[in-house]
Parts: sequence; C-alpha cells; structure tokens
Amino acid sequence: MARVILPQALADRFGGEVQLEIEGRNVRALLAALDARYPGLGQELEGKVAVAIDGEIHNDPLLEPVEEQSEVHFLPRLAGG
Amino acid sequence: MKRHISTTIDGEALEFLSEDGQTLLDALRDVLLKTGTKEGCGTGDCGACSVMLDGRLVCACLVLAAEVEGASVETVEGLAEAGELHPLQKRFLEGAALQCGVCTPGFLVAAKALLEINPDPSEKEVRYWLAGNLCRCTGYDKIIRSVLDAAADVRGGAG
Amino acid sequence: MSDEKKFRWVGTRPIRPDGIDKVTGRAQYGADFALPDMLWGRVLRSPHAHARILSIETGAAAALEGVHAVMTGQDLPDLFAEKAAASGGHDDSNNLAHNVMARDKALYHGHAVAAVAATSREIAERALELIDVEYEVLPHVLDIPTALAADAPLVHPDRVAQGIENPEPSNIAKRLEMGHGDPEEGFAEADEIIEREFSTRPVHQGYIEPHACLAQTTPDGRVTLWSSSQGHFMVRDYTAKLLDIDLSLVRVIPAEIGGGFGGKTTVYLEPIAVSLSRKSGRSVKMVMSREEVFRASGPTLGTRIKLKVGVTREGVLTAGEATLHYEGGAFGGSSVGAGCMTIFAPYAFPHVRSTGYDVMVNKPKGAAYRAPGAPMAAFALETVMDELAQRLEIDPVDFRLRNAAKEGTLASFGPRYRRIGCVETLEAVRDHPHYSAPLGPNQGRGVALGFWFNAGLQSSAGVNLNPDGTVTVLSGNPDIGGSRASLAIMAAEEFGIEYEHVDVMVADTHAVGYTDVTGGSRVTFATGMAIIEAARDVMGQLCKRAAAVWDVDAERVSWHEGEARLDGGVEPAPLSLAALAKNAGKTGGPISARAALTARGVGMGFGAHICDVEVDPETGKVDVIRYTAVQDAGRAIHPSYVEGQMQGGAVQGIGWALNEEYVFDGEGRVENPGFLDYRIPVASDVPMIDTVIVEVPNPAHPYGVRGVGEVPIVPPIPAVVNAVHAATGVRFCDLPLSPARVLARLDEAQSSGSA
Repeated sequence: MARVILPQALADRFGGEVQLEIEGRNVRALLAALDARYPGLGQELEGKVAVAIDGEIHNDPLLEPVEEQSEVHFLPRLAGG
Repeated sequence: MKRHISTTIDGEALEFLSEDGQTLLDALRDVLLKTGTKEGCGTGDCGACSVMLDGRLVCACLVLAAEVEGASVETVEGLAEAGELHPLQKRFLEGAALQCGVCTPGFLVAAKALLEINPDPSEKEVRYWLAGNLCRCTGYDKIIRSVLDAAADVRGGAG
Repeated sequence: MSDEKKFRWVGTRPIRPDGIDKVTGRAQYGADFALPDMLWGRVLRSPHAHARILSIETGAAAALEGVHAVMTGQDLPDLFAEKAAASGGHDDSNNLAHNVMARDKALYHGHAVAAVAATSREIAERALELIDVEYEVLPHVLDIPTALAADAPLVHPDRVAQGIENPEPSNIAKRLEMGHGDPEEGFAEADEIIEREFSTRPVHQGYIEPHACLAQTTPDGRVTLWSSSQGHFMVRDYTAKLLDIDLSLVRVIPAEIGGGFGGKTTVYLEPIAVSLSRKSGRSVKMVMSREEVFRASGPTLGTRIKLKVGVTREGVLTAGEATLHYEGGAFGGSSVGAGCMTIFAPYAFPHVRSTGYDVMVNKPKGAAYRAPGAPMAAFALETVMDELAQRLEIDPVDFRLRNAAKEGTLASFGPRYRRIGCVETLEAVRDHPHYSAPLGPNQGRGVALGFWFNAGLQSSAGVNLNPDGTVTVLSGNPDIGGSRASLAIMAAEEFGIEYEHVDVMVADTHAVGYTDVTGGSRVTFATGMAIIEAARDVMGQLCKRAAAVWDVDAERVSWHEGEARLDGGVEPAPLSLAALAKNAGKTGGPISARAALTARGVGMGFGAHICDVEVDPETGKVDVIRYTAVQDAGRAIHPSYVEGQMQGGAVQGIGWALNEEYVFDGEGRVENPGFLDYRIPVASDVPMIDTVIVEVPNPAHPYGVRGVGEVPIVPPIPAVVNAVHAATGVRFCDLPLSPARVLARLDEAQSSGSA
C-alpha cells in the first residue's frame, strides 16, 4: 500500500483525509483507486498535477511505478525558464 | 529613392543600392547579407550593432547607409585575418566570455576600438568603455577578464 | 560512481564547438536567415488595454502595391473553445491561440490584432496604417488590488476561478493551497513572529535578441520554419496545434538563440508567419522590434506576498504562512504555484501553509523567467529570515544552517528531499573570506539562500560513429549557454577519446527525436543522460565487433579508455575506436545509436550569495561593490559555463533588485519599452562576480550532474536588499530599490531618527 498525501483543498472536498493508504503499482492505478474511493477525485488529478514519488517529481505521470512503501504527493505542474 | 553607394567593408570594396532612411545596419544585414553584426534594439541602446566607421566606434543602427559612401567600415567579420583569430576572439573563447553569443560581435568590435586608443586599460576603464554594450547572459565578469587578457596579449606583440 | 575517479574531460574547460562561429559572426540567429522569395511580416497591435474588436477593414491594406497577404484573428481556427469551456474558461492552448492574435477582444496594449506580409518592411508598416480597426473601449484593470476590488472590470467575464468552490466570475484564474502541519499551532510555539507584506513589479527577461523566424510553406501543406527559440520541438508542436497541421508536415530548423531565460519557451510570431506564408504563397520573415518585445512578449509580472514566520528564541523555525498574489497577465497562468512551493523550500518547517492566487490583469501574457515564481518568494522569505536573525542576534548564516533542509527533510511543497547540498552550500558561504572581510562607511553585507527544483523531462539524442573514429552527436536542444561543450565533454569522457574528435550538432525536428525545451536547467542533466546512453550503446556494439574480429564471446570484451580489450591477458592487442570504426562496414555495417528517455533522478539545486553594497546617502544610489555566488552543481562538467550561469543569474537578480521595472501609464501602455529606460545592468554597474562551485553529486546521474541555470537568480534580490539594510538600517519590502525610493526612505528614517 502506498501512502498518498492529498492537497488540503482536495482532501476537504473529498472525504476530509489528507493521508490515505492506496493500492496501485503505478500512477494510473493509484488515480483509479482514488477515484473508486472518492468518485470525482480522479478527474481533479488526472492530467492536471505533477506527482512526487518518494521525493522525485514527475511532471506528466501516467505509468510511473509506485512501490509498496512509496510516499506519493500531488503538486502543481511547474514550468522552468 | 535608391542611392548607389561605393564603400569598403572589412577591407573589401563593395557597392550596393541604399534606400532613403535605410540604416547601415539594415544595409549590412539585408542587402549585403553580412549578418555577423546583430540588431538588439535598433535605437542605439544595446551596442549589438557596433561597427567601426572610418576608425570611429558607432552603432550601425544610428548611421544611415548613405553615410558610408567613400568610407571604410569594419565589422566583426573582419576581425580575424586569413583565418587567424584576433587575440580578443581567442580570449573570448578561452575565457568563456560568451553564452548565447548574440552580443559578442558588438563587444569584440567595441573592445578592439578601446585597445586601439588605450592599450593598457584598467578594469574600470574597460567597464566604462563597454557600458554601451549590453549583455544579459554573462554578468560581464568573463567578458572583462577576457578583454584585459587580450590587451596584455596585444601589448606583448600578438595580433 | 566513485568520487575518486579521475576524469579526463569532465571538469576541464575546452573551447566550445560552436565558439568560432560565434566570435566571427558566422553563427546564424533567428533574424539571420533569408530566402530569395521572402516577404516581411509585420503585426498591427492594439492601442487599447481592453477593447472589443467590432470590425477590421483590411481592403485598403491588401490593395497596397507590394502587399501579398493580410490576416486577422478570423483567419485562425478556433479549436479550443469547447475544451476551455469545460475547465472554467481556462485552457493553455486556447490562451496561447488568443494571445498570438486577438479574436473578439484585445486584452492588453500591444495585443496582436492583424498582420501583413509585403515585399519590404516599409511597405508592410504602411499597410498596417491602412488597416482600419473599430474598437469598443472597455474598462481595464492593471494591478492586483484593482483586479480584486468588488466592482472590478473583468478581463474575462466568462471565466471562473479554478480551485475555488462555487466561484463567481472574477479576475482570479486559479487558487491553490499547500502545506503541512498546523501553522496556528506553530505560531503558538514561537517566541518571535514577523509579519510583512511585499510587492514586486513586472520585469522582462531582457534577452538581447528579439524574437525572429522565417516561414516557408508549400502548396502540399509542408511547413519549414527557421526559428530562434528555447525548443524547436515546442515551436513545431505549438505552431502545428494552433494551425491544425500534422506534426510530420512541420519541420523546424533551430537557429542559434540570443538569450531566452524562459521568455522563448513559447511562440508569438511563428503561427502568424506560417499563416501569412500560406496566404501569399511565399516565404515570410518576421522579426520583433525591441519595442514589440517589451510591449507584447511575456514578462514576468507583478506580485504581492504576505508572509508570516515564527521562530523560537534558539533560532528554530516553528511556522510559516504565506499568501501570494501573482499577476498572470491577460490570460492568467502566472508562476504563483512555484511561488507557493518555493517560498519555504530551503528550510525545515514543522508547520507551513502557502495560498496562491493567479490574477488576470490587462497586461501582456506572462512568460517564464528563470526559476519562475521563485525570486519574488525568496525576496520575501530571505529578508524576513535576515530580520529574524537580527532580532535573535544569531549570525545570518548560522541561523540558516540551524534550519537548513537536508536529505529526508519534509519539503514545504510536499515530498521529502533526497540527496541535496543545501548545508554544504551554506557552509561554503560561512567559510568564504568574503563573509568576514571588513566593510567601510555606508557599506553593508547581505546573504541569502535560494532553491530551485530543476527539471528532467524528455530528451532524445543520436551518436554516430564516423569511419575515421570521430563521433557526431545529435542533440535536440538549442545551445543557449554553452551546452554543446558539456555534451561533447560527456561523450568524449564516455568513449575515452579526444574532445576535439566529438562534434555536437543541434539537429532539427526531422533529424533527431523529440526533445523538450532548453530550459528548466535540464540540458546538461537530461540530454547528457541521453547522450551517455547512446554512447554506451555504441560502445556495446563496438565490443561486439571486436569480439567478432577476435572470434571470442562478446562477454569477454569490455571498453576502456577509448579501446576494446579482451579480458585477462595481453594478447590480442586492444582495438581502438578508430580501428573498429574504419572496419565497421566489413564487420556488420555502420555504427550508431539513438536514445530517447524521460530523465529520472533530477537533483534539486541550492545557491547562496554574499553581496556587499555601498549606499550613497545623498542620492540613494546603491552600488554593488563585491559579490560571491556559491552553488551546488552536483558535478560541474564544464566549470566555466557553470560559473557563467551563476554570474549571469546573479546580475539579472541585481538588476531586478535595484532598477528594473515596467512603468505602465494609466491606460496600460508601457512607458519604457526600450533598453534606455528599461535599464538592465551594464558592465560599469557591477563588480566581478566571484563564484564557488560546491559539488554534492546527484547519485542518479552518471556524472552527478545537477541543473545549474535557474538557481542563481533566486538568492540575489534578498542578498542585495539585506545588504542595503545592513548599510542603512532600512528594510525594503517593495522592489526595485531605485535611487529615488532609497533616498526617500533614508530621508524618512533620518527625520524620524530611526536609522
């Protein structure tokens, strides 16, 4: 089970919990599992956020692997200059 | 009205037709296809178009093409002689005095003009002479060091 | 990867492969291309900050002798309206399309409303004067307080904010919030709390080369573009998307680029040039004037930041809270997200919250500027850190060390840090002779710490082995600051051959695989990785060829220092790269490899700067008299170009702190659209910028590389502002610190006796 940390604003709208234990071997699977638990949450995240998995930021993730004990954060997408 | 201009550019006798109001910069770049001299602002504020006109450092965007009739123009493209780089060009390369390189032609011409009148400038003198050449990439440090090094080279007989 | 390994090329300072072209004027930048049938394109721009476009009459312009095409926004497809409607009116492609040319409304002074192509620039300019646009002028908003006022005119009345529950139409494009812990709890634990409000003005990236491109189209739909940009694949993709053209029909040939700093990671001219070319049947060249660059290309815009920081008496941070409002220009899209993420990033905060608002105003569409969003945020936090250190009577660097982020620290933007060099960078500042050098009258010293994420993203590369043993490397990244040199160094290091035997070409969109922009401090890191992967592929092939020549198992052959060696023994003699290359045709055919990857393992970056200033009490002029930039580069592949990034970023920051700002009049017109009055630092404004490269290698990169390009612009603003405080006793919360403003505060301090 990966530990997923939701942005506070989204947590407030979907269930109220910031830290969740979610099953999923990659980002796509995690989003599907999140959406299954809180319908609509997946749509808020999919294609709209960057994902940090164990401290590494992925700007446009879909199939990034998630390990058993991974910590996953959702972040705003960034631009560089 | 088109004017027939006979001039010398980087030691070569050239002729071209100029338009009313056309700048030397536009004549160099668009008519003569000598694009080594760059346009950064068109109003004489950035120095990217620095050339020598009869031995005087000028911004080509502030000179009318018609003014070079019978005159001698030196651009960055004439700095190297027969494939041998000028000490300034060598030092700019060794000293990594360019990043994007678009301001480099202007700096090279302006620096050469300085060394012709002041072969042993201080850092301050170099900075103030080159204050009319804008660079956004380097912060000027490596440019100034390279000019000081090249000045020493020239004094020592190089170039 | 061992730190003891002796490198042959990594860490040396050879001449860059494109150097001679750039010092002789041979290198071709965006405006240096020409074609025999070429027309010149020019753009007509809105004279109003906000206006409905009622009609555009182009007949007279089209009839002018020498004019071959005229276009307006109506000539461009409207492809993204539905997509935008589905997300509150906000869609990046829709915004880009409408910025390239206005549709029903002009949204800022300078907004493109029409364009012509003619046989000369003069005829094109005359044709623009003949275009008759009927406007219905609308009320405009030009700054954050006005945009947020209850009865504010709306830039986009049909848009609602993302990130707000049940939003009413407003000038807020987006709201976001992040953090961990409970700041209220943290402030309750604090012995000292400081609350401040900060403001910054719009500033431009200031690249010396204006935007330029040349477009050629053919009747069968093919498009060729010569364009100066930070990414020719970006140019291809955006142009094709806006005009609905297959990507395979669009070939973008990268010109050399004369500066970008983020401002050229988007398109302004290319879709217009292509449209005019298609309409006229001829190639079209477009070059922005300097005035157009300032009026119509994206600056980074103004900000307001409210910041509250709490700390214990021992100097341990307990809580941080920030509200950030960033202007996003006429379409939103500011970097407030990165502002929220970076404002507390360099430190371990147990409780932290940032709330950000992206605000629409009738100003040009904002574009990225070097570590977008971070310099303003660092200005706020690092001046408060300085004030806290002063109050607690702790040395400013020691105070920062006490709280510095380390591996495992919970970052304010969410995840835990991996291996970073924040502490090492601060220690290098503390131990530098500059930090303890004596100061004279009216002089002061400031320090500041800065952070940037750096990017990985996608890079492709090709490595071709030539029959004479030289190597050609293909990269998809425009060389904005010497990256060809670092890529050549890494290739030469991998192969174990002479640096001079490697040439690097920046290949066009048909000739190399997809590559993301030159930006985000990613080229040496990510494209370096791709080149290393392709080089290792080639070396693997070379070992197989040697094994075939020796008639042995391939596992017994390995690559060392430029040659294939059979393990365990002196015989047969190793085969050099040149020897294997020469026989490639006989041993299996040409040898080359491609790599295409999404770079993983980005190393985040930290920099800390020391700035000494002297303030003239009579004029308020601030002179930077000494400057040292320290930064963790992971591993400096070519130290001169790493130093160059540090020095260039520092001086941009100095300009931002002391002088640069857009001056808008009440009608939304930029009053200083030129280098005379938008005053960037010149050579006589700054001293030498000393540099210290710290190397805490990034474990995920074969050579330990961390991106370096953006970090250097993050510390300088607060370093300068802190130095001015040290010199004068006056704290500034508003930029820039131009002489008049400094003098006014000095006079005020003197008359109130509080200096």
